[in-house]
Amino acid sequence: MSTFWSLWVIVLTLTCIGLCTWILFANRKVAKSDDDNPENQTTGHVYDGIEEYDNPLPKWWFQLFVGTIIFTAIYLVLYPGLGTFKGVLGWTSVNQLESRQEKAQEQYKDSYEKYSTMSVEELSQNPEAMKMGVRLFANNCAVCHGADGGGNYGFPNLTDNDWLHGGTVAKIKETLVKGRNANMPAWGPTIGEEGVAAVTEYVLSLSDLEHDATQLAKGKEVFGAVCSACHGADAKGQIVMGAPNLTDDIWLYDSERETIANTVRNGRVNRMPAQENLLREDKIHLLTAYVYSLSH
Amino acid sequence: MKNHDIVEKNIGLMSVLVVVAISFGALVEIVPQFFLPETTEPIAGLMPLPALELEGRDIYIREGCHVCHTQMIRPLRAEVERYGHYSVAGESVYEHPFLWGSKRTGPDLARVGKRYSDEWHKAHLYDPRSVVPLSNMPAFPWLFENKLSGEYTAKKMKALRSVGVPYTDEDIAGAKHAVEGKTEIDALVVYLQQLGTLLTHKR
Repeated sequence: MSTFWSLWVIVLTLTCIGLCTWILFANRKVAKSDDDNPENQTTGHVYDGIEEYDNPLPKWWFQLFVGTIIFTAIYLVLYPGLGTFKGVLGWTSVNQLESRQEKAQEQYKDSYEKYSTMSVEELSQNPEAMKMGVRLFANNCAVCHGADGGGNYGFPNLTDNDWLHGGTVAKIKETLVKGRNANMPAWGPTIGEEGVAAVTEYVLSLSDLEHDATQLAKGKEVFGAVCSACHGADAKGQIVMGAPNLTDDIWLYDSERETIANTVRNGRVNRMPAQENLLREDKIHLLTAYVYSLSH
Repeated sequence: MKNHDIVEKNIGLMSVLVVVAISFGALVEIVPQFFLPETTEPIAGLMPLPALELEGRDIYIREGCHVCHTQMIRPLRAEVERYGHYSVAGESVYEHPFLWGSKRTGPDLARVGKRYSDEWHKAHLYDPRSVVPLSNMPAFPWLFENKLSGEYTAKKMKALRSVGVPYTDEDIAGAKHAVEGKTEIDALVVYLQQLGTLLTHKR
């Protein structure tokens, strides 16, 4: 704040307080207390024979005003209010926040700090740690993966031990820290509507779902030509590609014929947001353990 | 005659004194902020919203998102813990009007950018209950059908430039092209995904 604006604030603030004080005292009414005989203390103003007493403010009320002025003076000495004057206490909203964060850090030594040195497997068996894990999950993960981790249309189920990008401790943590990008290309333009229909029947057959057997031969051919590159010749998926296993009747979207055909035709884009810039490591560690515990 | 009699019996003088009395607050609390570097200079990396994001912002305003969602993280531990770095004035210098809001029915959105995937935002705006079962947010399915024409995008940018948002001539010339034919949901999602991403803080 420049000197000019500092002075601007100081002068106006003090002027305002000064004027308030002056108005309060300059306009005290004639009678000095309720004990004075009010009969003789009227304003002299008469209307329709009605006169107006000129009594002072009740004493408690007047003193309340004086109190606010005294409060102001003390406040302006202790806290930043007068321009660049920082106040005797040196208070700012940011250093208040920081001191509270430090205090919290101190308070969580027994939990976060302790847990961050324990292994994920150990933590996943620790009921106290998992109590914190469930809260962290509810705050940060549940909007996509569901409060129970059971997933949602387009958001993986974390409880079934079926993993798109790997379910080892290291892989789960990698998913949390770095996020995941999944991108299945659109095959409609390449294989045509007939190809889409045939391969859809083939994919349905892989999970033993109701399908049109007459299309299987062609579907298998198309699958071998385009899909197997990522999903594998056996359609069991590849964790390095994030390509799902298509034989286990577990569906990220659903198993309706039209949904599968849509996926083949238009492809799918999906993303798990990276948490490395959002969450502290100790929280990510605890969340890794919680996610691990959901299927172990 | 007492002082207050003079004021009470002279309506012109009373009006002037009322204005003087109530102007102190504004003169001290508001006026200096128009001139202080802390409140008038953008933070590092702050750019005017690109055309599509700008249209997204207008949809955000049109649908009244700011009525239930604030964009103002206060420097309190609970808020910083939940939402991230507290909001600073330099983030809002290109905002006309700012969308800080005053009422949280839903969560604060000042740092929602990059927190969820685009797909999540789309699912959530189409039908909030599909991803958050107990949500009381309304659904906005029409955003998926309405297409933007970009007819007024350039004009909006010019208007913003006249109040100090540094749009370049190229920005304005390319505005219609950048927006035309996009759906409203695309615009809203790109707007949401950039919110508050300049300041990072690990919660």
